[in-house]
Amino acid sequence: MENSVAYEKATELRLGLPGIDEPAVLSSVKNNKRPLHDEKSGENGKSAQNETAPPSKAQIVGWPPVQSYRKNNFQQAKKSESECGGIYVKVSMDGAPYLRKIDLKVYKGYPELLQVLENMFKFTIGEYSEREGYKGSDYEPTYEDKDGDWMLVGDVPWEMFITSCKRLRIMKGSEARGLSCSGV
Amino acid sequence: MQKKTAYSFPDEILEHVFSFIQSDKDRNAASVVCKSWYEIERWCRRKVFVGNCYAVSPTMVIRRFPDIRSIELKGKPHFADFNLVPDGWGGYVLPWISKMAGAYPWLEEIRLKRMVVTDESLELVAKSFTNLQVLVLFSCEGFSTDGLAAIAAGCKNLRELDLRDSEVDDLSGHWLNHFPDTYTSLVSLNISCLGSDDVSFSALERLVGRCPNLRRLLLNREVPLDKIANLLSRAPQLIEFGTGTYAAELRSDVYSNLVEAFCNCKELKSLSGFWDAVPAYLPVIYSVCSRLTSLNLSYAPIQNPDLTKLVSQCPSLQRMLVLDYIEDSGLEVLASSCKDLQELRVFPSDPFGEEPNVSLTEKGLVAVSSGCPKLQSVLYFCRQMSNAALVTIAQNCPNFTRFRLCLLDPKIADYRTLQPLDVGFGAIVEHCKDLRRLSLSGLLTDCVFEYIGMHAKKLEMLSVAFAGESDLALHHVLSGCESLRKLEIMNCPFGDKALLANAAKLETMRSLWMSSCSVSLGACKMLGQKMPRLNIEVMDEKGPPDSRAESDPVDKLYIYRSVAGPRFDMPPFVWTMDEDFASELS
Repeated sequence: MENSVAYEKATELRLGLPGIDEPAVLSSVKNNKRPLHDEKSGENGKSAQNETAPPSKAQIVGWPPVQSYRKNNFQQAKKSESECGGIYVKVSMDGAPYLRKIDLKVYKGYPELLQVLENMFKFTIGEYSEREGYKGSDYEPTYEDKDGDWMLVGDVPWEMFITSCKRLRIMKGSEARGLSCSGV
Repeated sequence: MQKKTAYSFPDEILEHVFSFIQSDKDRNAASVVCKSWYEIERWCRRKVFVGNCYAVSPTMVIRRFPDIRSIELKGKPHFADFNLVPDGWGGYVLPWISKMAGAYPWLEEIRLKRMVVTDESLELVAKSFTNLQVLVLFSCEGFSTDGLAAIAAGCKNLRELDLRDSEVDDLSGHWLNHFPDTYTSLVSLNISCLGSDDVSFSALERLVGRCPNLRRLLLNREVPLDKIANLLSRAPQLIEFGTGTYAAELRSDVYSNLVEAFCNCKELKSLSGFWDAVPAYLPVIYSVCSRLTSLNLSYAPIQNPDLTKLVSQCPSLQRMLVLDYIEDSGLEVLASSCKDLQELRVFPSDPFGEEPNVSLTEKGLVAVSSGCPKLQSVLYFCRQMSNAALVTIAQNCPNFTRFRLCLLDPKIADYRTLQPLDVGFGAIVEHCKDLRRLSLSGLLTDCVFEYIGMHAKKLEMLSVAFAGESDLALHHVLSGCESLRKLEIMNCPFGDKALLANAAKLETMRSLWMSSCSVSLGACKMLGQKMPRLNIEVMDEKGPPDSRAESDPVDKLYIYRSVAGPRFDMPPFVWTMDEDFASELS
């Protein structure tokens, strides 16, 4: 019947598009709210049980229709209650038109952090040395500390870094070299 | 000049008469009476509303209306709010600003919704419109605080700056410093969307202190609670106030300062903000509660009994936004306390949770519908509904103009009878003859669409998800809803037939959105060829549509009427179906 074909199409699982967070998987119908009935009832009673239900409910893109700033706002509150430890800092890169945010708590040390930054902004950081800072690249990762000073990433021990870092900035060119020459 | 008959008025008199006609609809009607009325009207029209920025080009607007002082533009489709429209889709305001810069040097008001606004655009605005008084960026994105700095520095006559729900790159809180010390004309400031850690508080304090006409101030979350009292004491004339974060350790000095500050705001009628709110500080607003007409607690994680206690103190409420922490019990109190209530929005505190975390059901909405005779506008998220409840609600509130129900499980049936919710929504459209906006959810068959087509004659906007069984449903809506302007559909089994059969209807509407439906590429192409005044845009991030069969369903479809022809600023994943489509891709 045309109706059931159309219905099958509607309930067919669709994979999410690349770049979207959640796959657009149709959620399972709540079994305790509805019985299984195949026969038509009353008007056009439609059984909703013929789709294959995934074991757990996955999020559907666009449903429920809650705007992202509401979701974000609320999740931030929840996180700060339960986690009390996420250290979110903004990351900007000279020349890139967008900002990112990362959680410093997630990383175990500088090598991991630098790797993530390289992947995020698609560039390479040079070799770090205490004396000369980052060599071999036009970019240098810097951060603003609690006192408002701009420091080179890597100059202080990791634990001290994550507690004092307010924001990250990947500097380009001469400005960057200025920092590393002057040292800490 | 025009040939005048014995019965015509001089132009100046007609212009004077037209100046009393404010609504666009009436102005449009007057302009088609005759050629001379068209001419006179277009020279004296001062306000233009463009509901879809791609429906017309800036050049065309400027050509017809040479002396506009106020413009409102909308960009992306509504479903962009729910992440259904990928980044880069469009809605750029720069081409409009560029053209208007030269044509409308006296522009006073710019209102934008869901548009991409860059710093470059804002700098151009600041440079070109020295008389700008109102800038509203509603759900916009693409700009940073640098752009805001340009506005602050350049727009000396700015009265209203409203960034509601926009996504702003916070590069520095110091943009507030760019308002010169001589600037004192601020009336309304909404920066609630800003996330910057360092909104320069001292700059904000000084700005507030020197603007005696400031009536509306909505702060962002980062402003701490202990700074509020000081700020309010500089602006006791405020009518609308939005706090920042509403959480702090309980300290008696902070507490009493807040009590005093709120007490001194004798004209305060609207409160919002309340991020992270803690119950301890709620009583500081009690002195204001009896006067409140609008209260937005939708960011406040407060629960009952504190929440209900607060609500019970606000008998003058007309507009209430709250999380589902209010529960049925709180809504019953609302129903008995707030007889002037016109608008209610209840948002989900845990939208993705599998099990209900609060006791909020259809009963709460029924209670409010019964207790609040002026209720007109509802947005309600909950987890269960029954036809009986919807029928009762419909009978209680025949004056509904907006009814949006969102059942978190999108295809859930009537929990009592296990039937589809067709009858319930049918009652809504049947009883509420002035209904302009409707959002459906729950288990719904083609029947509900038949009811909608039959009864919803004033319906202008309809949102549908996971509903219906066949094209007949879509056909009912397109053929029956005479006033329909916007239709947005996701995940419904609607295909080609209804669309093709009602192609002409689409020219009478602003737009149609269909995603995850069953409209084939072939049908889109056909529409594109047959309907030159419609832009048929197919969106697919997986690749160009021609790489698939004609019968394959398109992922996302956005159809809108336009006198500007197809647009040229589309990203790689959007294709316009028109006569040239086939040849373009070879």
